[in-house]
Amino acid sequence: MTISADAGVERTGGPLRSRLRPLAETLARRAEPVAIGLSGILLGLAVFSLFILAVGKSPTTLFSLMYVGGFGSWFSVQNSLSRAAPLLLTALCVALPARLGLIIIGGEGALALGGVAAAAAAMPLVGSSPPWLALVVMAAAAMAIGGLWIGFVGYLRHYRGVNETIASLLMAYIAIALMNHLVEGVLRDPASLNKPSTTTLPVAYMIGKLPGVDVHWGLVIGVAACVVSYILIETTTWGFAARISGGNTRAAQVQGLPVGRLIVGFTALAGGFAGLAGMIEVAAVQGSANASIVAGYGYTGILVSFLARHNPLAIIPIAILLGGIEAAGGLIQRRMGLPDATVLVLQGVLFVVILFCETLYGRFKIFNPELWTRRA
Amino acid sequence: METAAIGLWGVPLAILAGAIRVSTPFIFVSLGETITERSGRINLGLEGTLVFAAMTAYAVDVLTGSPWLGMLAAMAAGAVFGSIHGYICKWPGVNDVAIGIAMMQFGLGLAFFLGKPFIQPVAPHLPSLPLGFWSSVPQLRSALDVNVLFLVGAALAFALKWAFANTGVGLMLRVVGDSSDAARALGFNPDRVRLLATALGGALAAVGGAYLSLSYPGSWNERISSGQGLMAVALVIFARWNPVGCFWAALLFGGAGALGPALQSVGVSQGYYLFYAAPYVLTLIIMVANSSPTRPAAGMPGALASR
Repeated sequence: MTISADAGVERTGGPLRSRLRPLAETLARRAEPVAIGLSGILLGLAVFSLFILAVGKSPTTLFSLMYVGGFGSWFSVQNSLSRAAPLLLTALCVALPARLGLIIIGGEGALALGGVAAAAAAMPLVGSSPPWLALVVMAAAAMAIGGLWIGFVGYLRHYRGVNETIASLLMAYIAIALMNHLVEGVLRDPASLNKPSTTTLPVAYMIGKLPGVDVHWGLVIGVAACVVSYILIETTTWGFAARISGGNTRAAQVQGLPVGRLIVGFTALAGGFAGLAGMIEVAAVQGSANASIVAGYGYTGILVSFLARHNPLAIIPIAILLGGIEAAGGLIQRRMGLPDATVLVLQGVLFVVILFCETLYGRFKIFNPELWTRRA
Repeated sequence: METAAIGLWGVPLAILAGAIRVSTPFIFVSLGETITERSGRINLGLEGTLVFAAMTAYAVDVLTGSPWLGMLAAMAAGAVFGSIHGYICKWPGVNDVAIGIAMMQFGLGLAFFLGKPFIQPVAPHLPSLPLGFWSSVPQLRSALDVNVLFLVGAALAFALKWAFANTGVGLMLRVVGDSSDAARALGFNPDRVRLLATALGGALAAVGGAYLSLSYPGSWNERISSGQGLMAVALVIFARWNPVGCFWAALLFGGAGALGPALQSVGVSQGYYLFYAAPYVLTLIIMVANSSPTRPAAGMPGALASR
C-alpha cells in the first residue's frame, strides 16, 4: 500500500536536492491530512450513495439538490453561511478540549444555557441601556455560564477523574432540563402562549446583518473565534503547554506544567464559545430563548471538529460545508420526498467513514518523509 | 375512590412501579456494555443502537403483528451495529470512543430516516405477568404488572455473573479484556473476541430498545430515548463491571427516572422539568463518587485501565 516517492532523485542527492528537501517534507506532511480527509469525504459520499440507491432514489439528483440548496445561488450561500455561524463555535467547544486529549460532546447544553443567560441578561437592559452595551452584557453572560458548565466538566476530569465524555453529555441533558424549567417558569413571557419563550428582544437590540448581505454578524464572530483559537493553540506558550499535556499528561506534569489549570481554562473557553453560540441564536435568529435554540448545533459541531481534526482554521471551511448540507435539507425533503433525517444519515455515514480513515495515517510513504530514506 | 384511599402512598408505589418499568432498558443496555467493556473496549454508541432497535422492533411488529419477531429483528440490527463498531475499532489508530459517538449519530439518523412511516400506526405489545392478582388495590395491581423482559433481564444478570467466573467463554473474555498480550499467548485472537463481544453487547442493548417501543412507553417516536443508552454506560462504571451490580444500579436509576412522573401523578407540578433531570444528576453524582484522579476504578478491565 506504499507509494514510492521519487526514489531516483534521492540516490543522487545534489545541493539543489538538499535545499528542496525541507520544503518537500513540509509539503508532504501538510498534504497528508488534506488527501486523507478528502478521500474520506469521497468514500463517505460513496457509501451514502449506496444507501440512497438502496431506498430507490437517485444519488445524483440528491447531490445536485444538495449543491443547489447549499451553494447554488446567492440566496442559498447566505443561508449556508448563517447556519455555519453557530457550528463554528460549537465545533470549537469540541476542538479545544480535544487538543488537551479530552473528548467533550456536551456543547448543546452550554449553547442552551448560553441562550437563556443572554435572554435573561437582556431583560433589565432593554430600553434602559444602549443596544451595544446590552449585547456585550448578553455575550458575557452567555460565555460565563457556558464556560462554567464545560469548565466544570474539565474540573471533574482532572481533579476527580470523571470520564469527561459521559459527564459532558449528562451535563447537556441537565442544562436542557434547566432551560425548559426557566423558560416555562420564571423567565416566561406570559404572551408566549403555544411556545413558551422569554420576552422577545426589540429589533434594535438584536445582532444585525452584515452590510450588503443577508448574513448576521454571528458568522464574523465565529470566524474570529476560530482564528483566535488557532493563534492561541499554535503560537502561544499556553497553547504549546496544552498540546504537550494533551500528548502526554504525565510528561507535562513532570515538566511542571499546570495541567489542571490548563484543562479547566481550555474547557471553560470551549464552553464559553458554545455559550456564545446560544447568545447568537437568541440575539440574531430567534429573538428570544425558547426550545428552538436546541436544534442540534452542538451535535453537528462534534462532527465538524472531528472532520477538521480539531484544527480551528480547518473548522471554518468544514462548518460552511456542513452548514450548506443542512441548508439543503429542506429542498431535498420537498423535491425528493425523502425524510428530513436524510441529512442526519449523511452526517452519520461521513462521521464513521472519516474516523475509519484515521487508520490510513502513516501508511503512505509519499506523505511520511521519515520513510523516504529507508530502503525496502 | 381508591386514589384517595391510598393517598400519598401512591408516590412510593408509583416509584416502585416506575423503577421496574423504567429500569428494564437500563438492565439490558448495561449488561451489553458490561460484556463489551469486559473484553477491553468501550462502545459509546449504544444510545444509537437503542433507538435504532426501538424503531426496528416497532416497524417489524407493525408489519408482521408479532412483537417477538420485532424483538428478533431488533437484536439482529443491534448485532450488526455492534459488529460495525467492533470491526472498525480493530484497525490501528482508530479511537473506539470517537467511533462510538459517530455510530450513535449514525444510528439515530438512520432510525429517524427509516422510522418516519411507523410513528402513527399501532402495534401489539409484549405480554406482562399480573403478579399483583392477589391485591384489590388497582395501583398495586398495575405496579406489579411486571413485564416479562424485566424478569429475563434479572435472570440474565445473575447468569452472566456466573458465566464470567465459571465458563470457558467467560474466562476467555476476561483474559482478552485484561491483557491483549496474555490473550495472544494463550492462542486467542483479541480482535475477534472483542468483535463478538461488541456484537453481543449491541444485540443485548437492542433488547432494551425493543422494550421501549414494544412495552413501555410502547410506541415509536423520535424522542423515545432520553439518553438511557449513555446513562447505562455510566452505570456500568458504577456497577464495577459486575452484571449483578448492573441490575441493582439499573433499578436505582429506574426509580430516579420515575420520580418526576410519580410526583406529577399526585399533583406536584412545580419544578416538573427539574425532576426529569434527576436521573442525570444522580448519574453524575455517582460518577464523581466512584472516580478517582489517581487510580483506575476497582474492577476495571486491565485493557481499559492501562490506556
